[in-house]
Amino acid sequence: MRKILALLSVVLLSACATQPQVRGTGDLGLVIERASGHVTLIDTSKRAPYARIAGLGDLSHASAVYSRDGRYAYIFGRDGGLTKIDLLEARIVKRVIQSGNAIGGSISQDGRIVVAQNYTPGGIKAFDADTLELLSEVPAEYAPGKFAKVVGLADLTGNRFGYALFEGGEIRITDFSDPRRPTTQRFPAGNQPYDGLVTPDGRHYMAGLFGEDGIALLDTWKPEAGARKILEKYGRGEEKLPVFKMPHLRGWAVAQGKAYLPAIGRHEVLVVDTDNWREVGRIKLRGQPVFVMARPDGRQIWVNYAFPDNSWVEVIDTLTGQVVQSLQPGKAILHMEFTPRGEHVWLSARDDNKVLIYDTGSFAKVGEFAAQAPSGIFFTSRANRTGF
Amino acid sequence: MRLTLFLAAALLPAAALAQPPASVAAPTPERQKEIVHLVRQDCGSCHGMNFGGGLGPSLKPEALRDKPVESLVATIYGGRPGTPMPPWHRFLSESEAEWVVERLLQGFPAE
Ligand code: HEC
Repeated sequence: MRKILALLSVVLLSACATQPQVRGTGDLGLVIERASGHVTLIDTSKRAPYARIAGLGDLSHASAVYSRDGRYAYIFGRDGGLTKIDLLEARIVKRVIQSGNAIGGSISQDGRIVVAQNYTPGGIKAFDADTLELLSEVPAEYAPGKFAKVVGLADLTGNRFGYALFEGGEIRITDFSDPRRPTTQRFPAGNQPYDGLVTPDGRHYMAGLFGEDGIALLDTWKPEAGARKILEKYGRGEEKLPVFKMPHLRGWAVAQGKAYLPAIGRHEVLVVDTDNWREVGRIKLRGQPVFVMARPDGRQIWVNYAFPDNSWVEVIDTLTGQVVQSLQPGKAILHMEFTPRGEHVWLSARDDNKVLIYDTGSFAKVGEFAAQAPSGIFFTSRANRTGF
Repeated sequence: MRLTLFLAAALLPAAALAQPPASVAAPTPERQKEIVHLVRQDCGSCHGMNFGGGLGPSLKPEALRDKPVESLVATIYGGRPGTPMPPWHRFLSESEAEWVVERLLQGFPAE
């Protein structure tokens, strides 16, 4: 009996050594270390990293989406690399170079298709989420022989994706319900769309415009009505301030029946009622906002800034519409990510080589760890959100 | 206002830069470090950290080689109105912008 027990424990131990620990993935995530081609895997319960993976290429401006079980991350690198990572085994499962210059990607409603958005050659490409096999591609040809940079790719219902063409000034919806034979609808949107978002319910696609004051809005339940412009002429003809970094749009803009959108060339957040899409307010800020992110409950909006104000983070209270906190957490705050229910926010301080963790109730720092030039932070809670 | 600055930036240095740019006084080593960081990181957000291009075009030597140096300097200093390329004159002097263009043409230093 003793012998059997001993044998059993040896078997169990060796099983432990080769197999991932049995655990869920709901509190995991990753931090992009942009300068060195690494990602650091993190545990939001322990508030600490647990593994680091090398060999992901040029990760400046990299972003990630998750498989719906939260086990795999798909990381889109600047150099066109698409890397699938297993968060439990802490390893690269597969890596392909899918274009010359990519900017991000998205995952379909059913989790089976990963779509990359590319600058050169401009277009989108669909991959099988299991194997990363190329399924189809849609070039961003907006006029004969002319290709645009794709911005603002977002997943819609029915394995459709919304995106916009910077040079082409259009919004597109591509339907991958037959992933090898996609179909695309095109909608004139306005001058130089720079990023886009889909509302959390998946209904409205918005493209922020750089070349004119306004935001293009498309109701994806009634696409035949076309895109219309909201917040038109929000600059009131005033001279634009220089934009040293482009803002990023995502479904986190929506909170409590309003959308909080960064202005371009104005140090303001524009507030729109999502029932009628009319402007209902503006909030003055200290710099050009880049990320304007609602805490998951929508009570607070956290804002970070473009160079040279990127050491600041400010918090807007959505009840009063006022800035209630101004923090200087570190140098070059590039990104923010809330824990799934928003009690903490994680901030990357690129030039301090640190990730900082703040309590969103008390605004006290509750943790930090070292990371090399950290940029994007992505938690697995994105797996279950439309538009992430 | 921005347009005048841009024009000034575009016209003034043209004469000064008719010579090959090797004559630029180099910034101090300390300042060079700051500039290299600024260019890699904050220009990198649009041009790519390795300058392979992004929303802004590639700034690799092979992409810039055939372009007039003075216009590249003017673009950095004064920006390009109507495009996302902002003016950097608050953060770089004209001769620093010139130094940046020279370095870009040679292959930009690592941090
Ligand atoms: C917010 C985005 C953005 C940032 C930040 C930015 N650029 Fe640009 N840059 C652009 C765009 C877009 C263009 C192309 C403009 C056009 O369409 O003519 C450009 C053009 C240029 C050009 C001209 C290239 C050519 O082929 O003619 C140079 C040189 C340049 N940028 C250098 C810089 C430097 C140096 C910095 C940092 C000090 C910088 N840029 C920061 C967006 C940016």
